[in-house]
Amino acid sequence: MLKNYFKTAIKVLWRHKLFTFISLFGISFTLLILIVIASFVDHTFGPVTPEKKLDRTLSVTMSILRSKSGGMAAGPLFSPYFLKRYVKSLKTPELVSLSSFHNPIITYKNNRKFNFALKFVDGEFWQILDFEFIEGRGFSTEDVEMRNPVAVISRETRDKYFEGESALGKTIEADGQNFRVIGIVENVSLLRIMPYSDIWVPLTYTKDDLNKICIMGGFPGWYAMILARDKSDLPIIQREFNKHLQEVEFPEGRWVSVNTGANTYAEAITRSLFRQEGDTKSPLLIFIFVLMFLFMLLPTVNLVNINISRILERSSEIGVRKAFGASSMTLIWQFITENVIITLIGGAISLFLAILVLMVINDSGMIPHLHLTLNYRVFMVSLVICLCFGLLSGVYPAYKMSRLNPVDALRGGQQ
Amino acid sequence: MIKLNGIEKVYQTEKIETLALYDINLEVERGEFLSVMGPSGCGKSTLLNIMGLLDEPTKGKVFIDGESTVSFKDRKRANVRNRKIGFIFQSYHLINDLSVVDNVELPLIYRTMSSAKRRKRALEALEKVGLSARTKHFPSQLSGGQRQRVAIARAIVGGPEILLADEPTGNLDSVMGGEILDILNKLVKESNTTIVMVTHDDSIAHQSDRIIRLFDGSQVN
Ligand SMILES: Nc1ncnc2c1ncn2[C@@H]1O[C@H](COP(=O)(O)OP(=O)(O)O)[C@@H](O)[C@H]1O
Ligand SMILES: [Mg+2]
Repeated sequence: MLKNYFKTAIKVLWRHKLFTFISLFGISFTLLILIVIASFVDHTFGPVTPEKKLDRTLSVTMSILRSKSGGMAAGPLFSPYFLKRYVKSLKTPELVSLSSFHNPIITYKNNRKFNFALKFVDGEFWQILDFEFIEGRGFSTEDVEMRNPVAVISRETRDKYFEGESALGKTIEADGQNFRVIGIVENVSLLRIMPYSDIWVPLTYTKDDLNKICIMGGFPGWYAMILARDKSDLPIIQREFNKHLQEVEFPEGRWVSVNTGANTYAEAITRSLFRQEGDTKSPLLIFIFVLMFLFMLLPTVNLVNINISRILERSSEIGVRKAFGASSMTLIWQFITENVIITLIGGAISLFLAILVLMVINDSGMIPHLHLTLNYRVFMVSLVICLCFGLLSGVYPAYKMSRLNPVDALRGGQQ
Repeated sequence: MIKLNGIEKVYQTEKIETLALYDINLEVERGEFLSVMGPSGCGKSTLLNIMGLLDEPTKGKVFIDGESTVSFKDRKRANVRNRKIGFIFQSYHLINDLSVVDNVELPLIYRTMSSAKRRKRALEALEKVGLSARTKHFPSQLSGGQRQRVAIARAIVGGPEILLADEPTGNLDSVMGGEILDILNKLVKESNTTIVMVTHDDSIAHQSDRIIRLFDGSQVN
């Protein structure tokens, strides 16, 4: 029977080329956008290299400071002193890393000008993050303390600055200092703000005063990454940090309160997107789901509409089928099969297009080192979406059609 | 074979109520060729649709093979239509998206049967109506007479005991109409099929075993 449904479905779709085209277009286009969005979301939030331990990592980045007079400052504005005193001192974590956000720098070599991103990091940075080293290694806590002039650079930096030659042991100039290259890592996307840079050097080379007693630091700011021994330690660490926060002193005199937290990655992004205070329990995910749902709703309604009008158009066919022995159930299955087949074909087309589009986006260089991939999670989500799509758009029209009396169907569907 | 008991049919529309059939009592014997005549709008099609379980009467009972169909659910009704009844309509009602042979196979796809066997029986039915040369055509490529012959092939392919034909020659000229009638006559003789045919044409009706006449939803004799 299933084979019959399948055969009939193919015949019908083939004969109704215009309808098939319109449906396929609608389905593939919607799915294409969904897959690309999902890929972005995955790329931004998922545990990809070098942030492989995201599930047991917390970060302290954003904060809101308030002054006595009601003034407010919000953003990534902590000083290294604050992070050292209140985050580094946490007892529960396995590791705490202190690093700067990336600084845009300009450097010259043989009269050629280069724009790079430079990041000041500590030894723990290389332990918490799992960079993919092409050559060499990261620097150690000792390197940082001894102020050894060492640097890690990205593959692209090597290709540009050293014109593709091996860079290990060679010298690169950054921020008025010469550094010896001790490691080359695979490029990191700008969307992964924690690890992202072109050049990484010991944080002891920053021109910021690491020991200046203040809460607020300079541009582009500093953040701390906290690696827990185990996922289950995360709430304990968060509680410990909140206790530290209650004891915060305000050396500047200007500020009277601070609002921040040790956040998971999704929470941190939410904080920066919505400048939200206090509890940050995954409203981002809800937001994304609502958005996706609304986004799906439109084409689904549209497809249901197309399906209903197609059914009315085919009502005399339905009448004929009923007259010659098709039961309502048979016809419902027939219709659902048609819809599932067409959505699966649409899904295949959209996957194919998505691969092309992702390639184009990656190659366009809009976002440095963006490397969107279509991984199995994105694929599975898309497939499920596809099937929901097929069922949603098929079940209602099929039900409506099955209610039709054969005589009425033969007459053309008006009851 | 078919027995109608006190059949009444009322069409309820927003403004008016039409009494399409009133107190119809009728019995059709196995192998009988019955003609139904009457002016337009007197309820002939309604009667045929009720006999064929395409429509339900407002009152009264339809018996097929001695079995009351009142309690039949959708699936059972579909099964009876599939196994026991073949329809022929005035406007053919072929599926334009399907080829001639696929159209003829239609009743068989709602049975469990291998596709090779289905195809074989469809081709045999097409041979009986003299259309072996047109199996791969689509309905839009055929003349009216040819289309009606496809419709007959579809009606007989499943070997039904009852053929219900609603003005099968109504859209055809007298030559083609005559051919269609010859085919139907031959079928009754060969396979002892029961035929109920609605017609306007006296000369056609007189070739049948019995004629009943309707007037304004009632049987007159
Ligand atoms: N679906 C319907 N809704 C309302 N009235 C109908 C419907 N079908 C038929 N009728 C009415 O019932 C009567 C009988 O119709 P029908 O059986 O088609 O007549 P015939 O086939 O003899 O021309 C007519 O008056 C017609 O207008
Ligand atoms: Mg009629």
